[in-house]
Amino acid sequence: MAKVRVENLYKIFGTNPRRAIPMLEEGKSKNEILDEIGCTVAVNNANLEIELGEIFVVMGLSGSGKSTLLRCVNRLIEPTDGKVYLDDDAISVLDAGEEKLREIRRSKMSMVFQHFGLLPHRTVANNVAFGLEIQGEERETRRKKAYEVIETVGLKGYEEMMTGELSGGMQQRVGLARALATDPEILLMDEAFSALDPLIRTNMQDELLELQSKVQKTIIFITHDLDEALKLGDRIAIMNQNGEIEQVGTSEEILSDPASEYVEAFVENVDRSKVITATAIMFDHPERIVNPKDGPGVAIRRMRKWGVSHLAVTDSEGKFEGFISIDDAAELQRKDTRTLEQAISESDRTISPETPVADILPLVWNSNIPVAVVNEEHEMEGIVYRPSVIAEITGEELEEEEKLDEVEEPDPQVSEKEVDNDRS
Amino acid sequence: MIDLKLGEGIELAINWLKANFTFLFDGISNGLTGVIEAFESILLLPPDLLMIVILVALAWWIAGRGVAIFTLVGLLVIDSMGFFDETMMTLALVVTSALVALVIGIPVGIWASRSNAVASIIRPILDFMQTMPAFVYLIPAVIFFELGKVPGAVATVIFSMPPAVRLTNLGIRQVHEEVVEAAQSFGSTDRQLLYKVQIPLALPTILAGVNQTIMLALSMVVIAAMIGAGGLGGEILRGITRLKIGLGFESGIAVVILAIFLDRITQALGAGSQNQ
Repeated sequence: MAKVRVENLYKIFGTNPRRAIPMLEEGKSKNEILDEIGCTVAVNNANLEIELGEIFVVMGLSGSGKSTLLRCVNRLIEPTDGKVYLDDDAISVLDAGEEKLREIRRSKMSMVFQHFGLLPHRTVANNVAFGLEIQGEERETRRKKAYEVIETVGLKGYEEMMTGELSGGMQQRVGLARALATDPEILLMDEAFSALDPLIRTNMQDELLELQSKVQKTIIFITHDLDEALKLGDRIAIMNQNGEIEQVGTSEEILSDPASEYVEAFVENVDRSKVITATAIMFDHPERIVNPKDGPGVAIRRMRKWGVSHLAVTDSEGKFEGFISIDDAAELQRKDTRTLEQAISESDRTISPETPVADILPLVWNSNIPVAVVNEEHEMEGIVYRPSVIAEITGEELEEEEKLDEVEEPDPQVSEKEVDNDRS
Repeated sequence: MIDLKLGEGIELAINWLKANFTFLFDGISNGLTGVIEAFESILLLPPDLLMIVILVALAWWIAGRGVAIFTLVGLLVIDSMGFFDETMMTLALVVTSALVALVIGIPVGIWASRSNAVASIIRPILDFMQTMPAFVYLIPAVIFFELGKVPGAVATVIFSMPPAVRLTNLGIRQVHEEVVEAAQSFGSTDRQLLYKVQIPLALPTILAGVNQTIMLALSMVVIAAMIGAGGLGGEILRGITRLKIGLGFESGIAVVILAIFLDRITQALGAGSQNQ
């Protein structure tokens, strides 16, 4: 049974916004409509079914209309057209009269806001009790309930403090407690954790999941953060910049089977190249590194073994000095030189362990020389080769083969190609 | 040049109002006289020294020790100059006018905050009320209410009302959108939203408007002495017309003391509401 069903929902801002609906049906874009009639399309024909007890995440970039969509569900924003049904009711929330709408807001759904929306002139307990106060509950009843919920969200002991005295994370706990105090069936969470510090955000996400396992609400969660969406969402809807829903599905479905280029770009850019860092794709096997005194023979042997055209060179303290190429090593060997020192080059191709893959790509794009991952003391931590970067960006599973590579035989294909490239 | 004869038109309109709405003006006049006299008799009922003690206690309670000490010294100075009764008369007129201005102004401000149409109609009216030279109000006030305290109070109400309207409107509009949405999302009625969220959060701004209204009322009450409102303004007027520098300055100083007293107390009210 769908707990919340959204059908053909449109929200268009501007004068006479209904004019825009036929234009949208003709397939005109948001910008064309803005140019022609001066109306801004926020939500374009949204259809959603949110199941009982799930966390349903709506994700999109800012300006994609996701917060507007949420506000259409409890009619903080009046939709231009469409239906919103609760519990398969025959009557849409959007057709409810003022009295009925208030009743729905009081008993069925409550909302958590990005900037908390707390009342600064009230204590924590009186903020949490606000919804009950609006319903006309007795002072003692609402106080008791407020204290209970405050304990649930982990704020016991802060009941009589003013909300301004609390940190952001704690204020949002108050916001969450206020939403839970009326014991609603549906929680609407509008970028609830976006204003928090990353560490606190992660904590709050964990706690929301834990809380949800106890309270089993139906949660509609809005976010612009894909990682948050993947972590929290039982199902995720992705909205594009035209206010359309591109895809609805579980995290796995979205990651492995993106329905459109838009979703694909989203999943790739946000999740992989910007999140995955050098540490994850570098090789740190000691034989990928040579010492100048090791001599060209050792270097060539190791390059052959790994099937690569370059190795990193470090000094005796493990500090990165530069790279040695197979050509230079061969040249040294021909001249019968014992050390590598004079052939070390590219000593500035270094990155920090935290560099995201997206930033490594330009370094390896036009060059098959690898990059060295060094820490703040300039000590060598690992080495990143072009195939790993490309594999990461394209999302192909080259990683594991490469990792195997480290302990087993080198991949002859890669080795020849790399060496050939280098020579040409 | 086209002669619009605007002045003549206004004169005609005022005469017409006077001829046809005598009952209304009489009603207003009787009401105001009653309130002013009630305040005057309360303020003048106890002996001077007892009244000073009461006002000092009030200052201490609302604004703290510093203001209380200033009030004590200030009122003793006024008493020693022999202007205590005039000061109390002025205070009664200020309190009456400001009260009327606030009773009208704050609801109008709330109304304006809920409707852009109302706000845009009211704005030019407020501009007019504030920028029209204060003396000009005295003329129709005299025509409708003759000489005395009532026309003084009427002119004062008009002159001092705009800040109450403006700052109430501003204060409510400044309440953060998300807080308003939060209240609505829990099913607040408009009335609950207004009394539980908007007014409490706008209170510091509204009280700043109250403060401004009272200060403007005091300045206008002094000018209203020109049409026989009496009080400290009357003394100042006598000082001017008879070129008595001493009298003028003494009564002027009494006005300043009264102004500081009123300002500090109303500001303390605003600050108090902010700290809550």
